[in-house]
Order: sequence, then structure tokens, then C-alpha cells
Amino acid sequence: MWRYAGRRALATVPVMAMVALFVFSLLYIAPGDPAAIIAGDQASAEDIARIRVSLGLDRPFVVRFGEWLWHVLHGDLGTSIFANLPVTHMIAQRIEPTLSLMAMTLVFAIVVAVPAGVLAAARAGSWIDRLVMLVAVIGFSVPVFVVGYVLAWVFALQLDWLPVQGYTPLARGVLAWLRGLVLPVVALGAIYIALIARITRAAMLEVLGQDYIRTARAKGLGLAPILFVHALKNASVPIVTVIGLGVALLIGGAVVTESVFAIPGIGRLVVDAILRRDYPVIQGVTLLFSFVYVVVNLIVDLLYSVLDPRIRQ
Amino acid sequence: MRRRDVLIGAAAALAAPHIGRAANQSVLRFIPQADLATLDPHWTTAYVTRNHGFMVFDTLYGNDHTLQPSPQMVAGHAIEDDGRRWTLVLRDFLLWHDGTPVLARDCVASIRRWAQRDAFGQALMAVTDDLSAADDKRIVFRLKQPFPLLPTALGKSAPVIPAMMPERLATTDAMTQVKEIVGSGPFRFLADERVPGAHVAYARFDKYVPRADGTPDWTAGPKRVHFDRVEWTVIPDPATASGAIQSGEQDWWEYATADLLPLLRRDRKLTVTVLDRFGTTEIMRFNQLFPPFDNAAVRRAVLGAVTQADFMEAVAGDDTAMWHDGVGIFCPGTAMANDAGMEVLTRPRDLARSKAELAAAGYRGERVALMVPTDFPSLKALSDVTADLLTRLGMKVDYQATDWGTLVQRRAKRDPIDRGGWNVFCTGFNSSDFPTPAGHLPLRANGAKAWFGWPDDPKLEQLRDAWFAAPDLAAQQRICADIQREALTTVPYVPLGSYLQATAFRSDLHGVLDGFAIFWNVQRG
Repeated sequence: MWRYAGRRALATVPVMAMVALFVFSLLYIAPGDPAAIIAGDQASAEDIARIRVSLGLDRPFVVRFGEWLWHVLHGDLGTSIFANLPVTHMIAQRIEPTLSLMAMTLVFAIVVAVPAGVLAAARAGSWIDRLVMLVAVIGFSVPVFVVGYVLAWVFALQLDWLPVQGYTPLARGVLAWLRGLVLPVVALGAIYIALIARITRAAMLEVLGQDYIRTARAKGLGLAPILFVHALKNASVPIVTVIGLGVALLIGGAVVTESVFAIPGIGRLVVDAILRRDYPVIQGVTLLFSFVYVVVNLIVDLLYSVLDPRIRQ
Repeated sequence: MRRRDVLIGAAAALAAPHIGRAANQSVLRFIPQADLATLDPHWTTAYVTRNHGFMVFDTLYGNDHTLQPSPQMVAGHAIEDDGRRWTLVLRDFLLWHDGTPVLARDCVASIRRWAQRDAFGQALMAVTDDLSAADDKRIVFRLKQPFPLLPTALGKSAPVIPAMMPERLATTDAMTQVKEIVGSGPFRFLADERVPGAHVAYARFDKYVPRADGTPDWTAGPKRVHFDRVEWTVIPDPATASGAIQSGEQDWWEYATADLLPLLRRDRKLTVTVLDRFGTTEIMRFNQLFPPFDNAAVRRAVLGAVTQADFMEAVAGDDTAMWHDGVGIFCPGTAMANDAGMEVLTRPRDLARSKAELAAAGYRGERVALMVPTDFPSLKALSDVTADLLTRLGMKVDYQATDWGTLVQRRAKRDPIDRGGWNVFCTGFNSSDFPTPAGHLPLRANGAKAWFGWPDDPKLEQLRDAWFAAPDLAAQQRICADIQREALTTVPYVPLGSYLQATAFRSDLHGVLDGFAIFWNVQRG
């Protein structure tokens, strides 16, 4: 198992190297110039050129990439051109809201979607199945920002139960932290619930038709042990896969959700940076997101081997 | 206790209305127009940085709602040698936020740094032989020629503002941001609390001594602070910002969007008003290096076809109280605004006549590259109307959708359009940037040194120089009439009208000053 894990972990190194090169190259060829944005309306072409020099944007690609990579390997993602702060500091300031949002959404979605999918499969064709699938279709069809606005209008503006916007750090108390997260998590979780519930249902339907399930029933096992002990474990590989793939969905969704609920997370940081061409921030955050995604995929790979040891072979 | 009771209790605790909402009298919560990306007020023309700048930094002069200057950091000034020597005397009790006293040499270094980034400052320094600190209190300008606008320049509230900072910061290269935000204004910037793109906070500067005289009016008069803290929360989504102010989570939203105004006006807990009565002037800017807009007759044909109301409706909606047409070169309602040459904009529109003028001008069907920043709603709307107008005139419009970040890079390119250049784009300025020719960027017509588009009109530049030397208001007004006539003939740009932007704040706030987001004088209750 450890050798397998080590082999898989090593395989992520070239992936991250390619990502680093890709991220840097993309920004190099993309249009836009932070020096022109910084210089503002009153600047001359000479002023813009001076700013380009002061930012080091006039140097060759290879030199800039080499320096950037060297610093990245030493844990230095550079300094924001606009905020004049280290990128690592800016990410550290914003990591908690994004992690909170993503983790709570993940937990919420799994807790709701997996039992719902299992139940829908166990009662296939019944009103429960149809209800779960109806909710899933709605979850897929309605954009995150629409769900967010509707939730904010009902629960914040009309009922005054929850805040419209903002994020309260965990350090200020669990309840206050949770209050701020309820609406964003439900809004972001809707599509994720739909995805997991549908996959769970499909996987469970396949497993529930197997001989060993019939045997378990014949032995007199109750419905719950059959579904959650015998069937769910064997249906879990596609479910784990979709949860892992869904992390990418969560990253994208977090950008929108953070904007709708004014959560000071990493999603908004990178959108602002892209609009301003704040290259160090874009590079740092993209690298971080890529790293998270690679790590999640690694975990999913390792989980496969736990759930189905044949995969290690 | 049953499990259900625990769940109900937890849900009730979660849903309890926010404790302390609106109860903290000493904190003012504000939603700015945009993220405060840059803190150095000499370094950027962003209006949000200007607003921040006036909180943290002070200026030697302020200006009132008529844009007339009056002393702010200075106690007064003396003019000698037929207007060629100005001595500005700092008032007492001025301190930097680090506790050290404000000295004349700090101000001299600040003026020098500001002047490198500001057109009005450059005009002032161009006539300055020597600028020095005579002692700790006195700043001395020795001028080559009289410059009666010196207080206006040093009191301007349009970016780039002449903010005063300690000499150790003001000696930073003007193209590099200062590393520390230390001013002598009524608020201290709380650097530790800053989360770029999300949150900034300020504390009242306890040692700030407001002027004893005058009335608070824009940036003039005493700056009395009634809140211990001001917190800015960046909320980029207008619907969320609207919800936050309606629910009382925020106190003040700087720019409420036009589509949400009816909703906000219906809310009795909110006051919706306009602080900047001058508004925002929108313009259409041509690249005069290449056909077809290198031809003044072509530019005139387009000018003659523009209906400012069409552009303003696209930007600000059908509430005619929120926009103005018939806008010329200078800010309406100020001393230099005039009617000279305005018939080209106000006469009845006749598309057939404009098409004939365009043909007579020699337009030969050249492609017209229109840069459209799709991430900037007001400019996108203006660009769409521009595309429609030029197409109806018979021009071959190449609608190039892009984002603002790319546009500001491309507009600096002087290449032909097949090598990434451009022909036309729309943009906007605070109208209060245009009260005079001094800081009027798109009016400059000094060729390669002019603002993007590079118009070359020596007569316009001569008139501008004459304006600086004009002996009195009447002479200045006469010259501005000539400037407008010339500008509406050679068309360095097309004025598209001006519109007002509403602000919304909780009705328990009082003393909100006109102008822009100004945080002194405001109090709750």
C-alpha cells in the first residue's frame, strides 16, 4: 500500500511542473499589461515603460520563469503588483473562508446526497425516487448565483434569520461562523448534491441487482445493512470518483459563491487579480488550486485502492 | 433533552438576528465603489484611492462645492514679486500619524512627487523656478511667471491628489508605491487589518486638529470626525450590496446601481441621494494617428450625428433627473462652462446630413476598430450605442469585445489596427476633473505627448497656455469659450453627456457631505 501511495505521489511532481510552466506561459502570452493599468490615464508611454522596467516585465521569458520557479521552490510566490503584499500573505488571509466554504459544502453535499441517492435506488420508481431526481434536476439546472440570491432574499432580507453577506472567522465562535456559511453552503451545495445523488442512485441500482445482494436478502438481512454495509461499499468507487471530480466544480463554484455572498476568499482574489493582470497573484493562486486538485486526485486514487484492493495490482 | 430539542436550539441560535447590528455607534460600515487595490494616492488615478487618500492624507488647500480653493493645512499664504513668489505657511498642531510634526520640507518633497504624476502639477512645476522650505513652517515657490491657480492645483480633489506625506516617504520614486501609509489626515490607516479586495479599516486620528474656521464643504473647512472607526467592505455584486444595506449589515453604499434605485428609494430606512452633482462625463475618443479619424472632417461628421441622450439613457436609464445632455467641453455648472460652438451638439439630428458629411469628408470604407470593455457595464453600454451610430452612418465597424485590463494596454499602442492598434473607444471621467483646461486630459492636443489618441492641435495648446496666464476670471472664461469652439471643430473627443451616480445610506446617518465619499462630518442619530 505504501509503495503504491509513494508511486502515485511521485507521479504528481511532473504534473505540477507542467502546470507551473503552463500557468507562467499563459500569462506571458495573454493580452493586458499591469504597467499600463498602474500608470493610469495621465501616464506617458515613457512612464509605462519605466513601470514595466521597475516590475521586471521587460526581461526575457526564460529569466523571469527561472526566477519565479526558484522562488516558488523556496516557498515565495512573489509580491502582488497592486497590493504590494506577499502573495503567500494574501493567500493566507483568504484561505480560511474558501476552505470553510468548500469543506462545509462537501460535508453537506455528501451527508444529503449519498443517503438520498441510496434511498432513491432502494425505492426506484416510487415517489421518493422521483422526488430525489426532481430535486437533482433542479439542482443541476439552476445556476449557483440564482440559488444564492433567492436564499438571501428569503432567509436574510425577508426572515432576517441569516446574514446577507460576509464571513465570520472560526476564531470568533463556531455558531457565528456557521451562521455566515449556511446560505453560501446551501447555494453552492445544490449542484453538488444533484451530481452525487444521481451517481449514487445509478451505482446503487447496478449493485442492487447483483446476486450477492439477493443472497443477503435471502439470508434475512435488514434493508439498512444491505444498503449501507454491503451495497454502498461496492458502489462507492464511482461515488468517490465523482466527489473527487466535483472538487474542481467546487473551486469554480466557490468563485461565484464568494462574489454573491461577498466572502473574502481565494476565488474573489484570483478574479480581481485577473482583471488587473496582477501576475504574481494569478500565478500563485492558480498553482495552489492546481496543487489542491492534484492532491485531491491523489487521495481519490488511494481511496480506490482501499475500497477495491484489486486496483493496486 | 431530546435530540429534536437540541436541533431546534441550534437552529434558533444560528438564525438569531445578528447581535449588535447597527448598535455600535462608533463604527461606520461602508461599501466602496471598487476594491482599494492601491494605497498610494500619488501612484494611481483610481477614484477609490482618491477617497482613501483624503481620509489618511491632508492637502495644503481644500476645495468647496464650487471647486474654489481655500486653506486646509496652510494657515494662509503671501504673494509677492507680482505673483512670482508664493509663501505658504503651515498651520499649527499638524502631526503625522507616526507622531512627528508636519514640516515644510515634508510638503516640498510631497509636492515634487505628486507633480510627477499629475498634469496640473506638471503645469505648476513647468512655471516653477524653485520650490523650497524656508523653515519648518514656510513653503516657498519662486515662479517664472504668475500662476494664480497655485491654490487650485494644490487643493484639487480630482485624482491625482496633492496628498502630503512625510519626506521619508515622499522621496520614494513616483513610479514606485510608498511602502507605508502615513499621512496627517483625520483617519489612520490600519494596515494590519487590510485584506486586499475585501476589507480595509481606518481609526480616527486622535491627534488631528481640525481647522477652527470655515464650514465643512467638500474638502474645505474643518474635518471633524464622529466615528472611532470606518470599515470598508468590498462587495462587488450590486444585488448583494443592496441586500447588505437594506438589512443594516452595512451603513453606506457609495454607488448604488441605477437598476436598484427604485427598490432602495422605497425603503424608508434608507436615504438615496446624489453627492457629486457634477457627475461623470462620458466621452468617445478617436485615434488620430490613422484613418479614418486622422481626418478632422470625419470626426466632425460623427460629432454631428451624436445624440447625447441616446448614450445617457443607455448608461443611466430613463430617469432624466439622473443625467444631462447638451454637455460641452467643461463641467456644466462651473465657471468655465459655456455655450460656444454647442449648436453642433444641440441642433436637430439629421442622419442623412451626417452621412453626406462623412462621404464629403472622404471616408472610404476603412475598418473602424472599436474597443469594447465588456466587464465595464457603463462603458459597454456606451460602446454599443457607438457601434450602432457608426454603423448607421455607414462606417465599417469592427466591434472588438475585450476587458478593461486589455483595453488600457491596447489604447497605448500606436500601431495600425492590423498590428493590434485601435480607432475608437469610450471612457468616462468625473466631471469635476473638467472645470478648467488645467487637468483636462482628453482636451490636451500636444500630439505624441497627448493622452491616448494623440490629437495634434497647436491652436488648442496655445489657448491652454493663454488660459494659465489669464489675468482674471473674465479673461479665463473668454479663452475657455475659444477652447470649446476649437475643440468642437477639431474634435479631440466627442462629449457624450454626463450622468449622476446615486449613493445610498442608512437614514440614521447625518452630515454626509456633498462631493464624493467623505467620512468626516458624518454622524449617526
